[in-house]
Amino acid sequence: MHTQRFVAPLTVVEALRFIETEPGAAILAGGTDLLVQYQGGIRRPTAFVDVKRIPELMRIAADADGVTIGAGVPAADIAAHPAVRTWWPGLVEAVCLIGSTQIQSRGSLGGNLCNASPAADSTCSLIVNKAVAIVAGSNGERQVPVEHFATAPGKTLLQPGELLVAIRLPKPVAHTADAYQRLIPRSEMDIAVASAAVSVTLDASGVCTSARVAIGAVAPTALLVPDAADALVGSVLGAAALSTAAAAASAAARPIDDKRGPAAYRRTVVGVLTKRVAAIAAARAKEQ
Amino acid sequence: MSKLHIETLVNGEPVEFLCAPDETLLSALRNGLGLTGTKEGCGTGDCGACSVIMNDRLVASCLVLAAEAQGASVTTVEGIAQGEALHPLQQAFLDEAALQCGICTPGFIVASKALLDMHPDPSEQQVRYWLAGNLCRCTGYDKIVRAVLGAAAKMRSAQA
Amino acid sequence: MSERIFTAVGTRPVRHDGVDKVTGRANYGADLSLPGMLHGVVVRSPHAHARIRSIDTQAAAAVPGVKGILTGKDFALTNAKLGLGEGAMDLKDMSDNLLAREKALYHGHAVAAVVATSVTAAQEAARLVQVDYDVLEPVLSVDRAMEADAPILHESMVTQAHPAVEPAGSTNVAGRMELKRGDIEAGFKEADIIVERVFRTPTSHQGYIEPHACVVRVNEDGRINIWTTTQGPFLVRDATAAILGLDAANLKVTPSEIGGGFGGKIPVYLEPLAVLLARMTQRPVKMVMTRDEVFRASGPTSATKVRLKMGARKDGTIVAASASLYYEAGAYRGSPSGAGAMCMLAPYSVPNFFIEAYDVVVNKPKVAAYRAPGSPMAALATESVIDEIAQTLGLDQIEMRLQNAVKEGDRAPYGPPYGPIGFRQVLEAVRNSAHWKSPVAPGIGRGLACGFWFNAGMSSSATVTLGSDGSAAVVTGNPDIGGTRVAQAQMVAEELGIPVERVRPIVADTDTAGFTEITAGSRTCYATGMAVIDASRDVREQLRGRAAKIWGVPLDETRWEHGSVAPVNPSAERTALTVSELASKLAKTGGPIIGHAAVNPPMAGPAFAAHICDLEVDRETGRSRVVRYTAIQDAGKAVHPSYVEGQMQGGASQGIGWALNEEYIYSANGVMENAGFLDYRMPVASDLPMIDTIIVEVPHPAHPYGVRGVGEVPIVPPLGAVANAMSHATGLRFTELPLSPPRVLERITQGS
Repeated sequence: MHTQRFVAPLTVVEALRFIETEPGAAILAGGTDLLVQYQGGIRRPTAFVDVKRIPELMRIAADADGVTIGAGVPAADIAAHPAVRTWWPGLVEAVCLIGSTQIQSRGSLGGNLCNASPAADSTCSLIVNKAVAIVAGSNGERQVPVEHFATAPGKTLLQPGELLVAIRLPKPVAHTADAYQRLIPRSEMDIAVASAAVSVTLDASGVCTSARVAIGAVAPTALLVPDAADALVGSVLGAAALSTAAAAASAAARPIDDKRGPAAYRRTVVGVLTKRVAAIAAARAKEQ
Repeated sequence: MSKLHIETLVNGEPVEFLCAPDETLLSALRNGLGLTGTKEGCGTGDCGACSVIMNDRLVASCLVLAAEAQGASVTTVEGIAQGEALHPLQQAFLDEAALQCGICTPGFIVASKALLDMHPDPSEQQVRYWLAGNLCRCTGYDKIVRAVLGAAAKMRSAQA
Repeated sequence: MSERIFTAVGTRPVRHDGVDKVTGRANYGADLSLPGMLHGVVVRSPHAHARIRSIDTQAAAAVPGVKGILTGKDFALTNAKLGLGEGAMDLKDMSDNLLAREKALYHGHAVAAVVATSVTAAQEAARLVQVDYDVLEPVLSVDRAMEADAPILHESMVTQAHPAVEPAGSTNVAGRMELKRGDIEAGFKEADIIVERVFRTPTSHQGYIEPHACVVRVNEDGRINIWTTTQGPFLVRDATAAILGLDAANLKVTPSEIGGGFGGKIPVYLEPLAVLLARMTQRPVKMVMTRDEVFRASGPTSATKVRLKMGARKDGTIVAASASLYYEAGAYRGSPSGAGAMCMLAPYSVPNFFIEAYDVVVNKPKVAAYRAPGSPMAALATESVIDEIAQTLGLDQIEMRLQNAVKEGDRAPYGPPYGPIGFRQVLEAVRNSAHWKSPVAPGIGRGLACGFWFNAGMSSSATVTLGSDGSAAVVTGNPDIGGTRVAQAQMVAEELGIPVERVRPIVADTDTAGFTEITAGSRTCYATGMAVIDASRDVREQLRGRAAKIWGVPLDETRWEHGSVAPVNPSAERTALTVSELASKLAKTGGPIIGHAAVNPPMAGPAFAAHICDLEVDRETGRSRVVRYTAIQDAGKAVHPSYVEGQMQGGASQGIGWALNEEYIYSANGVMENAGFLDYRMPVASDLPMIDTIIVEVPHPAHPYGVRGVGEVPIVPPLGAVANAMSHATGLRFTELPLSPPRVLERITQGS
């Protein structure tokens, strides 16, 4: 059946009221996943709920403690935001890899999270930066760390009637920086075969005091890899620590064989990416 | 299913059309408004042939619902030339032989215009990455990239 | 051939169809709509190999808006035959490919068609067509197809073998041919080095951006109009008529602008179905493929296995070669394995060889032509093995190739002696190129490979009409895929001495244009160009007659001179008359002038090319990037150099994609898993560097300007050039495409 309704609520309350009464409805933000799935007959919602006319979902608000990014803000706006660029260069790298220029005009963090692809480019970067998803429901708001948001490919812990409103990123402490890379066969336009994001915090002598490592496209969801982070903490991020982290990332990976790459390849490459990305993050943290 | 009534601005002109709730902007432009310059190569946002500028942003019109265009401003390839004068990009594509079969050309023209509107002096690499969402199978991109860089230079010197 | 000075040919005017194409006005296959038009959608097999037990259309027919449903029962298989340019096609097979009768032979094979008032209704009904299948094991490779216990696609298939052999029961081998010369065993005995390798290439697609599309209207008097995106309007007319048992005289095919073809828009896929649906409903019917359908159900090119054994002396002289080519035909006979066999040694003079080529059916879409069909895969083998021999012997690659390069008078492997050809000049141009002379940066591999293509001649017609204002129109029947209209206008301008902007080139429908073969085989600029030149000269001759009449002198006292007719014996009253002056007097001197020509050039000028590729490889991930690329080619004569360069650059980038990432990825049950541009990874703008070109011009003597075809040979060298670059970058030989990151990393890991 073809979708029979299109609504564009102006407030979160209005949107919640609609999706409560129409459980088969789909939230439409950038549409870059939803409409592809719709054309392919994979998803057939009863209604499209365009959330791009709701102010909370479409603004980026920076304050002293961090930044709140509306779930529907397109990637291009995020990449252009001065605070985001300063604090999370790795997140900027990630959102600039979400599809083509055309896709970045529309694709959003909310869509990336709710589509729950393990290969979503922004997810690993959000995880290493301790991002929290702000979810609204009829019983009020709840906050969920991004690493827990997706539960399986295409599945999230959003309950029926809930709406992802925004993503909150806490401002990084001094000498902290992130980086993100993915492996794709071409230079653009592909879905990640494997990906890695790293955030490190250094002390004055360049020793890593804390780290977070997340890997994508190598498990049913993006994974936070504490073992890889542990390998970095306490080191000056030299070759030995990086290769231990790489090995930890490869060990944590639970990839599958599919059209985008064989499992063994993904396992190897996610380690290579982890190592490379950690080195970039460290260099950035040092520059601060 | 009942159709939606949409009012929007296309190439500077106010237009109205009826669309199904699931109809794409691409379909509304081509079938509803007869603007067949915008092409469909894949329907999944992977080829860029359907590129249009919506509210100053380059989008793939196959991945926009027509209903989303309510109150928006849309520029298609038909709206790039100024009256009788071709846009410098259009002239550069002709001069550089930057098209062979020409099916991807409207998408490239629109995408390149969006690039130059934002970055009047792009590097070759910037052009290549900006246009990575526009597939051309005939040219190998060489002459397209040259045309865009050439048009950018011309437009800058005209501004100076 | 004496040096000729050209005025219009060799210049770079703006193409006449350009403004329409940069403004969005140009009409392609899917752009036409007619009043009252219905929409047709094809129902496709979800199985790669299955017997069709029954088709139940009741539920589908009940969908509101559905006007008709077509199945294989509705039209009989034809036994008619038709010569269709690049490889004659069996119309019976083509008909069965249009709608499966007994068996679905690949995933996506059409089994029914639905027509409805909207695409949405037609799609919904298509989902409700119930087909009862007896699912069979799919055959997905030549290796499996040729095993004794392999499932048989066509029970009635007999191997078409040259030389003939006794049929030995059911087979998937549709054809086998041999080419040989000299004494192969004696040849290998002379060799100091013998290299033998097996190469594999995947199913790959032309990847034109415009999907197949057509609109058909049937008139009350039985006249049928077909508007379609095709490389061959006459072919669509004749094939559709033959398949449906119609009189071709009642069919008119109007080609739209064509959004790429590369050989893939030669067969008919939709048109006969649309004709039947339009007749069934007495309404115009439009059919447009989705991208998914284009991948699954048009005609990609063969996956191949090529074994090549080559022997050479220490000095690099090739003394013997033996090869076996196994090409997948897809579901019906007709792979380009024969062309591969003929091309693979064509650039080199090999005294002793034996080549066998197999045409093998598998449960994949029937292959179509793809730019120099069959040659790139064979060249991959030849050029890789030559590279390896040169490397092992420590010889200069260009010297070794020059030492063995064919020259005028040498016999081609497929028989006739070559006329003047430009392979040596191409190799010299490689050696003198800035790219070849530049140092190879650390971490980069540089690969060189060459290629050959026959180019085609065949029938073409042209009409040139002269206006009283001295302008001209030229009408031909070849859809213009890459700038042939402007080239034809340049030819008219050249011959009549008028500005190219004053020539209007027109691609006409089948009722208007004289019979013209398909836009393919690199033949349009060459063969149709010859017709255009002849038609222009016909105009010139008529203009001489008019001048003679004005001057009251016999025809032989006039001569053609630089865009005017001059008297042989000038006087005060008799001075040269320009085309414009003569044109302005047409009404008073005998009426309008129209020049006609029809040609059928028997011999096209073979084309040779060489490409240089610099490749950077990430040894930790296997990812590679082309950092510099140069394409060198003998064009004979470049009529519009920009569009010749464009063909070279486009062929190079298609070949690079084929070499690095493009492939049909199949599941074990024969379903293509990457039927979209997201995962069928064609090169994007950021994947490629500028592609430098060097046009070599060794004139083809059979053409007035020396033109050879240019469109196809540029896709022949890239597979080998990229593979050789990868080999030099990694120190490992790569024999299987694509050279995707996982495959490369696996080899690097094993190799070290």
